[in-house]
Amino acid sequence: MIEAKSLSRHFGSLQAVDKLSFQVEPGTVLGFLGPNGAGKSTTMKMLTGFLAPSSGTATIMGHDICDDGLAARKEMGYLPEGAPLYGELSVGRFLRFAAEARGFRGAEAVRRVADAVERLNLEEVFGQSIETLSKGFKRRVGLAQAILHDPPVLILDEPTDGLDPNQKQQVRRLIREMSPGKIIIVSTHILEEVDALCSRAMIIARGRLLADDSPTGLLRSSRYYNAVTVVLDDLEQAASRLGELPEAREVEVRRGRLTVFPSAQGNLFEAVTTVVKQAGWQVEQIQLEPGRLDEVFRSVTGQEAA
Amino acid sequence: MNNLPVVLKRELSSYFATPVAYVFIVIFLLMSATFTFYLGGFYEREIADLEPFFRFHPWLYLFLVPAIGMRLWAEERKSGTVELLLTLPITASEAVLGKFLAAWLFVGLALFLTFPIWITVNILGNPDNGVIAAAYLGSWLMAGGFLAISACLSAATRNQVIAFILAVVVCFLFLLSGLPMVLELFRGWLPQAIVDAIANLSFLLHFNSISRGVVDLRDLLYFALVIGFWLLANRIVLELKKAD
Repeated sequence: MIEAKSLSRHFGSLQAVDKLSFQVEPGTVLGFLGPNGAGKSTTMKMLTGFLAPSSGTATIMGHDICDDGLAARKEMGYLPEGAPLYGELSVGRFLRFAAEARGFRGAEAVRRVADAVERLNLEEVFGQSIETLSKGFKRRVGLAQAILHDPPVLILDEPTDGLDPNQKQQVRRLIREMSPGKIIIVSTHILEEVDALCSRAMIIARGRLLADDSPTGLLRSSRYYNAVTVVLDDLEQAASRLGELPEAREVEVRRGRLTVFPSAQGNLFEAVTTVVKQAGWQVEQIQLEPGRLDEVFRSVTGQEAA
Repeated sequence: MNNLPVVLKRELSSYFATPVAYVFIVIFLLMSATFTFYLGGFYEREIADLEPFFRFHPWLYLFLVPAIGMRLWAEERKSGTVELLLTLPITASEAVLGKFLAAWLFVGLALFLTFPIWITVNILGNPDNGVIAAAYLGSWLMAGGFLAISACLSAATRNQVIAFILAVVVCFLFLLSGLPMVLELFRGWLPQAIVDAIANLSFLLHFNSISRGVVDLRDLLYFALVIGFWLLANRIVLELKKAD
């Protein structure tokens, strides 16, 4: 388990992380979500022992990061932002170093390296120097380094940043494969990633925790949650007719799309489809909105800015 | 200190994975030979010793050792690998010592590769090999002092050029403080005790006394203290600056 207790860090007068408290149970993929400069990386740097907190602390699997940092670090695998690596070393030599630093020696170190290489499909570049690799391979080397001791806690700072869509997909698949029984904390500013990857998401801005929920829970707080969007020929008439429904709270026409927002009563989708059928409009599209993360994100972090 | 050898090995493999090691060794050997034969008058003196060889080591190190030391931390900070290194279960002391020892061993290797000149002087005459062995030890210790200074200053910046210049300046001060012309400046108006203290800080004074073949415990202790002090400072600077 990870437990952060009013974790804080300031740089001069800038409060980067402000009394952050949370708990994470094994089996959770937690997404740190927030605008750039929100304090996501600083929080991760404190959890992994790179930065000392200005106040507060955290425990990693029972080890305090301040009093027993070495034991805490042993429980973690960490991919720092941008996946920095020793470019002049070969993949094999670098992973060997990581394995030895994790306390593996001799045959065990060889086995751990081989295992990580296999899991991340690094066989073909094993002897190549890291600086000659593509971004996707570099990221995988960074991940291999983080998982080779099979840690109960993985902390990945923007693991898919700067990758192409295929590589992103690949890294996400890897994270999902590793997730059972582990605590994985992923930071990102890509919203789709939260949906694709995380079982829980925390929205952080200006160092403060603004929302902490499952992705579905966050979607539920979107004003688009369960709204119905239609594209049809006679938008104006449809807007007035649908706006009168008791199930509808308000309607909005934007860029040729009509969105009806639900009131607290009844089933809006059914009501809308019934009206649409009766009126005999030419319908191009009708869609039940699952909620929009970007809208939740903007409203949560925007309130903070105001 | 379990992970000290792990850090040391990684550092050394980085030296030899790039041209740095080879360039350094070749330049070191070429320059030390040039100084010995042209400036030192190795043959003209017609004395079977290596004084003309060792005499120029402080000046050679003044530029070459900061060139090795400048990358130790500045490069790690620039590329971000310092975050990787210090979030592994490696303590800051293991990292500082491991890096220093790797660089020191490396300079030691370059120094070792000058052995043909030792053989040469033995072929040409009958030198006092004890004095030469002591001078080699003194030279290596002095390199360690320069290196510890360079390592510490390298942790203060993420720019290797700045690290290099700072290290040369500080090393130069440590050298200079033993030169007669500097001491003459102070002698007129400072009490003798302080002038002696300044002279005692000098790498030159202690190196010269070892290289004359007198391995005095005080000289060894001096270099040990200088190295220890700067490595401790290195740890503190690293702690303060690593995340900037």
